[in-house]
Amino acid sequence: MMEKMIFGRYVPADSIIHKMDPRSKLMIIFLFVCIIFLANNWVTYALIGIYTFLMLGMSRIPVRFLYGGLKPVLWLVLFTLVLQLFFTKEGAILFEWGPVKIYEGGVRMGIFISLRFFFLILMTSLLTLTTTPIEITDGLETLLHPLKKIRFPVHEMALMMSISLRFIPTLMQETDKIMKAQIARGVEFASGPFKERIKAVIPLLIPLFVSSFKRAEELAIAMEARGYRGGEGRTKYRQLSWRMADSLQLVVLVVLTILLFLLRS
Amino acid sequence: MDISLQHIEYRYQANTPFEQLAIEDVSIEIPSGTYMAIIGHTGSGKSTVLQHLNALLQPTKGTVKIGDHEIKAQQKNKNLKQVRQKVGIVFQFPEHQLFEETVEKDIIFGPMNFGISEAEAKKRARIALKQVGLAEDILEKSPFDLSGGQMRRVAIAGVLAMEPDVIVLDEPTAGLDPRGRKEIMDMFYTLHKDRKLSTILVTHSMEDAASYADQIVIMQHGKVVNQGTPEEIFSSPVELVQMGLDVPEVVRFQLKLEEKTGVKLDKIYLSIEELSSAVTGVLNRGVRS
Amino acid sequence: MKESIVSLKGVSFQYDTQERYALNNVTFDIYDGEWLAIVGHNGSGKSTMAKLLIGLQFPQAGEITVCGMPLNEESIWDIRTKLGMVFQNPDNQFVGTTVQDDVAFGLENNGIPRDEMVQRVEDSLRKVKMDKFLYQEPHHLSGGQKQRVAIAGVLALRPSIIILDEATSMLDPRGREEVLETVRLLKEEKSLTVISITHDLEEAAKADRIIVMNKGEVFREGTPEEIFSMDEQLIQLGLDIPFSVKMSKAFRQKGIDFSKHYLSEEELVTELWTSRFSI
Repeated sequence: MMEKMIFGRYVPADSIIHKMDPRSKLMIIFLFVCIIFLANNWVTYALIGIYTFLMLGMSRIPVRFLYGGLKPVLWLVLFTLVLQLFFTKEGAILFEWGPVKIYEGGVRMGIFISLRFFFLILMTSLLTLTTTPIEITDGLETLLHPLKKIRFPVHEMALMMSISLRFIPTLMQETDKIMKAQIARGVEFASGPFKERIKAVIPLLIPLFVSSFKRAEELAIAMEARGYRGGEGRTKYRQLSWRMADSLQLVVLVVLTILLFLLRS
Repeated sequence: MDISLQHIEYRYQANTPFEQLAIEDVSIEIPSGTYMAIIGHTGSGKSTVLQHLNALLQPTKGTVKIGDHEIKAQQKNKNLKQVRQKVGIVFQFPEHQLFEETVEKDIIFGPMNFGISEAEAKKRARIALKQVGLAEDILEKSPFDLSGGQMRRVAIAGVLAMEPDVIVLDEPTAGLDPRGRKEIMDMFYTLHKDRKLSTILVTHSMEDAASYADQIVIMQHGKVVNQGTPEEIFSSPVELVQMGLDVPEVVRFQLKLEEKTGVKLDKIYLSIEELSSAVTGVLNRGVRS
Repeated sequence: MKESIVSLKGVSFQYDTQERYALNNVTFDIYDGEWLAIVGHNGSGKSTMAKLLIGLQFPQAGEITVCGMPLNEESIWDIRTKLGMVFQNPDNQFVGTTVQDDVAFGLENNGIPRDEMVQRVEDSLRKVKMDKFLYQEPHHLSGGQKQRVAIAGVLALRPSIIILDEATSMLDPRGREEVLETVRLLKEEKSLTVISITHDLEEAAKADRIIVMNKGEVFREGTPEEIFSMDEQLIQLGLDIPFSVKMSKAFRQKGIDFSKHYLSEEELVTELWTSRFSI
């Protein structure tokens, strides 16, 4: 289950989208999330759709992979569609079966809203599929840099994020190990009544907390020993490079925004 | 209780793009009362084998027999709990599994999961504590206030209190100082002898394997490459070295000596005492080249 | 006369929560360019020593001098550029998300310009033979590899002293050998001073000098030869004796005598050969 989930997972590939600066990708996603609400008719939705699929194509992420990974989310999309079908009562009745009435407006709204939902999911997963978490962190750190003036701890936040990213796999291994040790001591995680299952989590959570605290302490010591004393006077090893393609992508999106304004009804 | 692994294979994340073959065609017989060492480098598959010994993993091919229980690939398994009570596992750094408020509660946790009454479990806790060499006054303390070495002993006591027939040890001495290491290894050996416990030691220490085990299995790249008694295994030390594995220090020393002097001893010796006697014997007989 | 690079004078330290002194009136020198092993069982005070040397704790009494500077709150950041430490747990000192980021971490902290950082990261990773793993994430590395990355991280700061705080105790034999071999080569090449805090006597046997700690005090100080002639006393201290010592002892009991008391394995083989087998 976890292995098949691709939401939030990075898939390495050599594509234009992969090579883009995380800053431009973050800006594009942010803008996209805003302008998608401009679409309100078939033309504008088609435009957004074309744009989304073009971006997907450029990312070279295999469609089969996307489909497999997004399947659970597609159910949600479908659910939205059904909800809208049954609960929007606008326009002519298209279909009637006993108490169930489906209106023309319901069909339109259903399709629009689930499309919007669908495109949003595609675009945001495109970000995580083509950008490593650490790149996203770097991008955020630079984009949020101006907030330092109002004492927002940008550096600390970014460091915290990158350390969490670094330790996620370690903690997963640890969880697996402790879980097995407790199963060997007779704990049953996957069966029994709900109350029992909640109780079974305690022998897993406490050791995890204890070891995480120990790790955090040792890590802090190691960081201090390596000369870490806050963000002041630090240089940065990772560098972001803004290229022509990044500017171009932004221009394309601005054009799309203008078109949406012109074509919406 | 006999354990038998028959042609087992295990793949991690089977049927996904991340599939990985961990072990392949592994067959090992562990008759009741054996002290068996499974040796190999990190990544040789020895930890995967270990997890089959009490059904923490189900093989993707082959059969695991634990006493009367059969665990086969692609089959729903029931009553695994009975198996797990009979086979206790001491994982690497077992102190990481402690979680209760007091030492006593932690030790009785395992037995009580297997349906032992609290009174009986507490009785067992006291016995187990003695076996691991800790005093009873520790029972009411929090396990997290103990020293690292004491925590490890408490965790081991928690497994012993389940009164398993088979005990599986995964690098039980990792990170301990030499004294702690010897004490723990000697303790398991005593238990093995006194309680006729089948003992399976998963380790990368050739020294421990040579000094404690009756049977040795050598694993490499997910396969069993050799198995036999320590004498058999180390009788062809050159082969082991070629496989990139260590040989016990004594054996290494004997090889160095034989190479330098050109004198071959009659067999491979596994203890300092035996080797020094043999060499002295040769010297005194005046065998000179 | 060798030059002292670190000196401890009457150093005592006590943790708030403990009654006993973790270190009690400890005095010794560490000489420039030597490999010093500090040995002792768990709880002998050897780990506290590491914390004091890198200024994570300050002694309640006594004075520590590193590279001519008295160690205190003002000098600590300068001292930390001269003295690098590799800790016990390979996972809990890996800060970066990839190998190169981790090596760069110390450089970033010290405000090294980016161009120079790139150079130093590459150089130090080459020195520990990890330059093929620049983009690798830590959970794909073995313990030994992670420790070598940690060494590269220390090396990138061009220290004079490297402290191994039980850096090999969580590794398998292969990883242990990898790490020690790396340090050995680096020591030769960069004339580093190595302080290895350990309970592995085989490791200590290869040092130039050994300090045995017990109950927070210096129990004995000397060359491996001097220390290993303590025999049974070492075992009583919760330590072990190296294989070659056990072996030569067994021979001695059987009436075979050697030219000197402590012999390395090679020396023992040679002595047996020259004096006995071939005439």
